Formats: sequence, structure tokens, C-alpha cells
Amino acid sequence: MGFEKFGRKSFASQTKVESFVEYLAKGELSGTQCKSCGKQYFPPRADCAECLGNEMDWFKIEGTGNLVSFTKAGFAPTGFEADVPYTLALADFNGIKVFGRLDSSIPKEEVSVGMALQINILNLPDGQLSYEFVKS
Amino acid sequence: MSKDVAIIGVGQSAFVRGYQGSIRELAFEAFREAMQDAGISKSDIDASIICSAPEYDSQRSPSGIIAEYLGLNPQPTFAVETVCSSSTTGLRAGYAMVKSGLHDIIVVLGFQKMSEISSADSQERMGRGGDIMWESPFGSMMPAYYAMHACAHFDKYGSTEKDLAMIRVKAAKYGTINEKAVYRKEVSLEDALNAPYVSSPLKRFDCCANADGASCIIIANKDRAKDICPKPVWFMGLGSATASMTLTNRDTLYGIACARKAAQEAYAMAGVTPQDIDVAEVHDCFTIAELLAYEALGFAEPGKGVELIREGQTYIGGKIPVNVDGGLLSKGHPIGATGGSQVRTIVLQLRDEAGGMQVPGAEIGLIHNIGGVGVYGNVIILGR
Ligand SMILES: [Zn+2]
Repeated sequence: MGFEKFGRKSFASQTKVESFVEYLAKGELSGTQCKSCGKQYFPPRADCAECLGNEMDWFKIEGTGNLVSFTKAGFAPTGFEADVPYTLALADFNGIKVFGRLDSSIPKEEVSVGMALQINILNLPDGQLSYEFVKS
Repeated sequence: MSKDVAIIGVGQSAFVRGYQGSIRELAFEAFREAMQDAGISKSDIDASIICSAPEYDSQRSPSGIIAEYLGLNPQPTFAVETVCSSSTTGLRAGYAMVKSGLHDIIVVLGFQKMSEISSADSQERMGRGGDIMWESPFGSMMPAYYAMHACAHFDKYGSTEKDLAMIRVKAAKYGTINEKAVYRKEVSLEDALNAPYVSSPLKRFDCCANADGASCIIIANKDRAKDICPKPVWFMGLGSATASMTLTNRDTLYGIACARKAAQEAYAMAGVTPQDIDVAEVHDCFTIAELLAYEALGFAEPGKGVELIREGQTYIGGKIPVNVDGGLLSKGHPIGATGGSQVRTIVLQLRDEAGGMQVPGAEIGLIHNIGGVGVYGNVIILGR
């Protein structure tokens, strides 16, 4: 499965970490961990910048995270217009930071930095795979 | 301070909405002004460095056509790009080439004709300003990234939308007296606060305007500068740093790490402290970026930047006047030209030629120019 399956709209089709999409299809958000030095990466990487290794294991990001920051976009780049307004967010899962969107059904007054979040994998109607943060 | 490399000429085109001419003609406007300012001829110039973000250019490899149009063949030329900080990165390269003795006099020309591409193309490219693999697929864009830094700063330090609005009010006040600015109207606090959100908490007046424009800085070694120039302005310190483009790889979002590191380097090289700076130009592509700059540059402790704007300390007459030419918020932000325009303002200040924007007696000035959302950071300290 190609990497172009990732996201509302894809800008890159080829990467050595395209298995990311297969994990999404299985309902898992995953990063990579260097087999040599143990360094964990999210977003996943094929190459370790710490030890130059290129053998990686996949690990699953799970449990409860916290909202680090967010913004509600009032306009959008080409291809995302139909989604406006949507909320972009950065969340921290035990030291692993993840960028994505926040569930748009959460009432505005309930959204605040530090709130507890979980990851929800999305199968979009057009066959694309993505993920969002939902209230924990 | 070691007076090794000087700025001997500065020029800038007017920054406008839709420039009615080609990129080479736009570049020439800034070049002509800088050459007349320096009082030299093209045979005095040893090399040119052309700075722009090529995603906006129809012309491939624009440095070739621009060097030709400026009359700078057969001297060497090359392009430099770090998006919004391209022309201060070009200046850093030029400084090194003059300091090393490779060349005596260099032209650093920054330009952007943002209206060169259609607004549909611009909307399409807008989504590719961040990490295209891991962030763009969510619909990310520049205002959203800075908005997320603002959200984190508000949460950490209690800064507010009103603080940001006050920064715009200041920028607009000085924009009215800058004849090269694209936006020359006052903005009231109410107008700024009541404008629609672009990406919360940033509203319309928290964002700078796109513009077409060019800037030109001419630098020379010590002997040539003293020979040619009655009022050389000297490089005291240069700092440059980077941070991850991917937000997930940043420790925090309530500061701009590359700016802090670049500032520390520049202060150390210049042998001065933030208290020694008389006037500063900071990269206010968004109001929050100016607030973050106060703290990165040490004008205020982390979290205390809001006090500077609340007390009016960054106006002329305050402790540290910042962006008293209107900043990017008023001048507009023609990507490749922006850094050179900031440098020009500081040079005019240090020569006591800034007119209504003059900070009386300014001797040391600072430029803070950021590429992307805190990806590339350049800080330059100049003295007279
Ligand atoms: Zn490793």
C-alpha cells in the first residue's frame, strides 16, 4: 500500500516508512525505533540520526495524551476547503509528540491546553487513511 | 568592535500589492537606489548574491537573469534561499566572502514578486510550507503554525489577543510614515480585536500582507569602505541557527529556539548585551512573532515580553524601539526581499537618516529575520 493513502490529501507517495499506512489500516498509529540505539521516532523515520543505523522496529503510540497547542483554521490550502473550519493540534503521548487534527465535534469551551486525548484512526470515505485526537 | 566588513549602500523598491513589471525590473529598482547610495559603478562590484524563494518565480534559476540585468556579468553570482530569511542568509554568505578576502565588494539582492503566480497556485503552494509528509496532509499552513505558537505562549505565560493587537497598532502607526510600506493606514485596537480569525487566536490584523518588492545591500571590506563611504555601517555580530521544520520535534512552542541561539551567537560576537541595542527590526510576519522575538532577543525575560508592548517600551522613546518602520505587518512581506529591507532600515537609523522614524542617537542596531515558522533564524548586529 502506497504512502499516498495517508491523510486528507497526500503530497508524497514514496517513502521507506510506507508501512505506516498498513499500521493505520490495522487501527494503529505507529512510530519507528532504532534497533541499534533504541531511539524512538515519531513521525517515523527509516534512518537514525543518532547512530546512522537504518534498521528499525515499529512501535504503537497508545494510551492517553495531552493537548500541547491548537488552532482553528478559518481558511485552508487547496484540497482542504470543504473541511473548514478544522482544528489543528499538537499532542504529547508520554514524550512522543504527534501532529494532527482535533475531533471537530468537541465543543469549543471544552478544548484547552493540557486536556486528555486519545488517538482515533480514521477511514475516510474516499479510501484515505488518517487519524485524529478525541477526548479521552 | 572589529571594523572588517561594512555596509556601504542600501536600497529598496516600494513594497506593493501587484508590481507592474518583471522580476528583473523590480530587482533593478532596489539595485539602482543602493548603487546611487554607495556612489560606485558596476565595475567596482566583484560578485552578486541573489536571494528569493523560488517557489514564487516563473523564471528558473533567477540569479542568472537578474545578474545579467543588473549589468553584473561576468562577475560570479549565485542564489541563496532560506524562505523568509533568504536575504540575511545571503548577507551572511557575502560577509564571509568579503571577510575571507575572496572579494572586496559584493551586492546582496533580495526580491520577490509574489503576484507572479496566480492566487490559485498560491493557495496550492500554501499547504506545502511545512513538512509535506507528516503535517501538510492535515491542511496545515503558515498562519496555523504561528497560531499554535501563540496558543502555547498564551497558555504558558498569560499573554492575550489584546497584547497581539497592541503590536499591530504600533506597526500601523509607524507604517503611516513609511513611504515604501504597502499598508499605510492606522489600525485601532478595536479594529484589530474585532477582525475575523484567520487561524485562532490570530486574526486578520495579526497577519502581514503579501507584497512584491526588492531590497539591495552592498558590502565592502575595510579598506574599500573607508575609501568610498562617508558613513560606513559595520558588522558587529552575526548569528544563525535552525530548528526542526516538523513541530513534533520541537521541545516547546512558546518560544523560537533558532532565534534565541542566533541571538546568543550575535551578541557574543559583537561583545554587547540586549541592553546595548538602540533600535531593532524583528521579523513580525505575525504579531505573535514580534512578541516571541522580544523574548528570544533578550529584550525581555521569557514570558515578560508583553510588558514591553503594554508599557509602550517598543515605541520610539521607549527602552528598545522595535519595527519603527512599520515592520512586515505594515511594509508587507516580499519573502526574498524582507531581510534586506530590515537591514536597510537599521542602516538608515545608524546613519541618522531615518527621517520621521529616527531613533535619536542610535549607535547599535539589531536585525532578527526568521525563515519559515522558526526553521531558519538570522540575527545581525550593526554599529556605526
Ligand atoms: Zn540509532
